Amino acid sequence: MDVVDVLFVIGRVLAVFVLLLVVTILNVWLERKILADMQNRVGPDRAGPWGILQTVADGLKLFFKEQITPRKVEYGLYVLAPFLAVIPAFLMFMVVPFGRPITIGGREVPLQGADLNIGLLFILAMSSIAVYAVVLAGWSSGSKYPLLGGVRATAQAISYEAAMGIAMVSVVMFSATTGPDGTLSLAAIVERQAGTYDMTIPFLQWADFIPRWNLWPQFVAFVIFLIAIVAETNRAPFDLVEAEQELVGGFHTEYSGMRFAMYFLAEYVNIFSMSAICATLFLGGWTGPTFDGQIPALFSALLPFVWFLIKTYAIIFLFFWIRATLPRMRYDQLMQLGWKRLIPGALIWLMVSTVVIAFRQFGPPWS
Amino acid sequence: MGVLSEFFKGLRVTGRVLVDTVTGDGLVTTKYPEEFRQKPQRFHGRHVLNRYPDGMEKCIGCELCAGACPARCIYVRGADNPPDEPVAPGERFGYVYEINMLRCIFCGLCVEACPTEAITMSSLFEMSTWNREDAIYTKDELLMRPDGSVPHMFPDDPLARHKELETADGWLRATAPSGVAAYEGVQGWQGTPGRANWDPEPDQEARDA
Repeated sequence: MDVVDVLFVIGRVLAVFVLLLVVTILNVWLERKILADMQNRVGPDRAGPWGILQTVADGLKLFFKEQITPRKVEYGLYVLAPFLAVIPAFLMFMVVPFGRPITIGGREVPLQGADLNIGLLFILAMSSIAVYAVVLAGWSSGSKYPLLGGVRATAQAISYEAAMGIAMVSVVMFSATTGPDGTLSLAAIVERQAGTYDMTIPFLQWADFIPRWNLWPQFVAFVIFLIAIVAETNRAPFDLVEAEQELVGGFHTEYSGMRFAMYFLAEYVNIFSMSAICATLFLGGWTGPTFDGQIPALFSALLPFVWFLIKTYAIIFLFFWIRATLPRMRYDQLMQLGWKRLIPGALIWLMVSTVVIAFRQFGPPWS
Repeated sequence: MGVLSEFFKGLRVTGRVLVDTVTGDGLVTTKYPEEFRQKPQRFHGRHVLNRYPDGMEKCIGCELCAGACPARCIYVRGADNPPDEPVAPGERFGYVYEINMLRCIFCGLCVEACPTEAITMSSLFEMSTWNREDAIYTKDELLMRPDGSVPHMFPDDPLARHKELETADGWLRATAPSGVAAYEGVQGWQGTPGRANWDPEPDQEARDA
């Protein structure tokens, strides 16, 4: 660990930070554009080519707006809450590998903020802390609607985090069977999904292009995880926390200017992070054909990043598509889906995959 | 699994609309300042005071329009024509003619009430102003120019589009001093001021395009 290593770490962290900011700017614009297209509209097209700078303009506007602080707020928590939303959102992405490790000057640089061996636990911890931002914002605003939004956020996040965690457990268990040991490191989980299935059954040999993603053996976990992350990021149809029609703006009603922009930023960073985690766990992350030796080395190094972005954006597009399609759920429906469908479903799937894994490793119990 | 099939049905609807919009078929909104929707042929836009072919004003100051107006937004004061250079044929002319566009409901009853067809409606609809006084159109803005075009409320405004005012109404131009004097009185297809570029109907000819 010398100076160069430290510089590389700082560079990686900065790269992740800039990547998240840029994709957030693009995602806000992309969401408005896709929603517009799904509603026969044009969408933002004034700022820059195709309106791509719309988010920059909005951000500048929010930056120069007055930050109104209502009289009844709990000042300390009120100021702290937006930071509690932004910081975990950025930290969550730090453990996600977004490219194949590259070698610069004899040093191997993993394209990842930090390769924690408890990566998945870290993600769950960060997404739990992000709930505090909403709850504290609702409580410290000293107003009814944010409080209702905060209370809803608590219940919603807790119930869906359970389903998300259980879905993660079955993925971790499955990826333990494809490698030497069990791991929570996202880098290891991605590397174990590399390559394609080698079909031994004769009449299925044409299908040998199918990648060894966790998606196929863990499809049920994928669906549960997908629903859970939509709820976890408070997106439609689970956006009861900020239901505009009932709660004005929900937990961020009393926030304005840059403090509101931080919640906005956190929401979109969370969407990208969660989609990236979903792509990492189920769609093989950055793995994909890199054509080593056939094309220049620079392209081979960049291609994994491109695969990662394509997979992530496929899920983000699904987010937007669902938002354009589904109406907001009622609160009791939300709770019913969480506790009566997703968590039992995830538990049953966990048992099923446990039994299958044990069967494949140890053989039938009667033998 | 009724819920799931409904879910995918919904996704299919939005997905189809997305494809339609991207390929350009389904788009229902237009980029307004650049693109215009076609307005109906009998669109009730802002009013225009017309002239006879010899340059005389058609308005005779009878105040029938003001009487017909349900919103009471028209103020007319007639005056006797100066004998040496008359403004309108006959005894009287519209000395003051004001329409408050903030009160006007664009019903067109003034047009029906007018005995000399002095007041008609154009297809112009962009009438926003910075203050209430500017919304009161006086004779300076209402009366058509001798060439049949319509004056602009704010000629110096950088956003003023003078080009659309040049397309004078076919009826106005036929009766304007510089217009088609041999107007045959056939109600054919007529262009109007304002961007309402309708093609002629199948059995009409573009006589006054």
